[in-house]
Amino acid sequence: MGSSLTANLFVFILAAFLGYEVVRRVSPQLHTPLMSLTNAISAISVVGAITIAGSHHDGVVLVSLGAIAVACAMINVVGGFMITDRMLKMFKKRKDR
Amino acid sequence: MAPAALISAPHTLPTWPHTAHWPWYVTLVYMAAAMMFALSLKWLSSHKTARRGVKIGEIGMAAAILATLLLPEVRQYNWIFAGAIVGAAIGVLLAVLTPMTAVPQQTALSHAFGALAAALVGTAEFYGHHAQLTAGSTAAIGLESLLGYLTFTGSLIAAGKLQEVLPTRPITYPLQNAMNLSVLAAAVVCGVWMCMAPQMVLLYPVFVGLALLFGVLLIIPIGGGDMPTVIALLNSYAGLSASAMGFVVNNKLLIIAGALEGSSGFILSMIMCQAMNRSFLNVLFGQASGGKQAPTDDVYGGKIKSTTAEEVADILATARRVVIVPGYGLAVAQAQHVTGELFELLDSKGVDVQFAIHPVAGRMPGHMNVLLAEADIPYDRLQEMEQINEQFADVDVVVVNGANDVVNPDARDNPGSPIAGMPVLNVDKARTVVVIKRSLSPGFAGIPNPLFARDNCLMFFADGKKATLDIIQELKKL
Repeated sequence: MGSSLTANLFVFILAAFLGYEVVRRVSPQLHTPLMSLTNAISAISVVGAITIAGSHHDGVVLVSLGAIAVACAMINVVGGFMITDRMLKMFKKRKDR
Repeated sequence: MAPAALISAPHTLPTWPHTAHWPWYVTLVYMAAAMMFALSLKWLSSHKTARRGVKIGEIGMAAAILATLLLPEVRQYNWIFAGAIVGAAIGVLLAVLTPMTAVPQQTALSHAFGALAAALVGTAEFYGHHAQLTAGSTAAIGLESLLGYLTFTGSLIAAGKLQEVLPTRPITYPLQNAMNLSVLAAAVVCGVWMCMAPQMVLLYPVFVGLALLFGVLLIIPIGGGDMPTVIALLNSYAGLSASAMGFVVNNKLLIIAGALEGSSGFILSMIMCQAMNRSFLNVLFGQASGGKQAPTDDVYGGKIKSTTAEEVADILATARRVVIVPGYGLAVAQAQHVTGELFELLDSKGVDVQFAIHPVAGRMPGHMNVLLAEADIPYDRLQEMEQINEQFADVDVVVVNGANDVVNPDARDNPGSPIAGMPVLNVDKARTVVVIKRSLSPGFAGIPNPLFARDNCLMFFADGKKATLDIIQELKKL
């Protein structure tokens, strides 16, 4: 973890900065969809859960912890993107009359 | 044992499974996914590209999940698919069935799920590898578990309060802050101890228990009006716990995605704090304030004028420019659709109708915008506080529906007010103000609102939805 810790911290700091710059520009009108979209994106943690639920050697207790984690993360993957899109679909510009 | 672990930590972790190299194509897909996630948020900056942002986020997510399933260390699929199917089904149901008025509690719930996923992975990592853990890797697992479990219970409490299955009023008791801080301190001490002696597996459940408890204690003193800040803060914590998981499983894609959510939630909670002229610490630990309030009779005595739907309809029909100010009460009364009807009706009569949105109106950032969008109100009719505040003098009628503290002129004019300095909508500058409200009861700040006693203010005492419907009916008769 030693040298990878430094590299990981580097990535974390740059990503946090990128996030700050990008999110600052999001219109306050879209702050609710922003929260659900970032929540869906960070549900990429499903990837870590998959490696645990899919490992052989970890024993049944750990594998089932992994499976519950997969389920929790998948709720956000599927629910997060769907509800974001459902909200964004409702935002309409003025109809021409 | 402990000093040796500390010294050897930076060099090798031969049996730690996550330093194994991924096949090149998995690395490549993860890199592409990281870029797509960044692009996804960037495209959310404008209404035009926002839905494209969701699409590319979905593509990045699907690609990363498929690549992960191909990893050599993934050897069985039954548990993965079982979990994925259950999770996806619940996700679809939540996304389809959640009414727009319930989006704040749905968001709080999704923070709880995300944090629990990170926490459970931390627990599995700890028990799966505790014999090989060093101080450094235990610290990462500890941070992941602490953030994950406290965000899990904190978000559940927040969701319960928003859904009103738990009391929405702040729950306070003497020495609350001392209590909270000592629980946190105990958790930190326990965590440090774990890093020094990772082989002491019994410390971990104690640590988890303290984290779960701290999450509960942190959120129970928070009242409804502070929810926008707190829900944004929990958004940030949920992201940070995913990021901490990236450190544990040595996956930079997780670190990046978590950091994006972490900084997004952080910015949102800063914006919410500024909109209330309060600090983070004051929101989280300042629950004791709110005792001193001016006697209501001094403010309201004999100066309240109440009105009827008929009178409001007359005023609106002759107005040139109308601004509607929605608040949390509008969401409670489910009045967004009738408000949309009122907008259509006035718009068809040639009245210029706009909506003024205070940043902390509602229970989460952007709450009112989503509700009004649901009612088919075009988003270019929605104005932010800074844009509209200079223009109220040109407005004929302001209709305040379900808002209170955010239109309190005392915040601007009375330095002694508990909410002094909080930016408010200057609706009192308009020619006529109509306030739709069930009674004169105070808002979240617990103070009277001198706006209601102003000469240009009319009180329409009714439920937000019924009042709006009655006004529409009277307008149609004209």
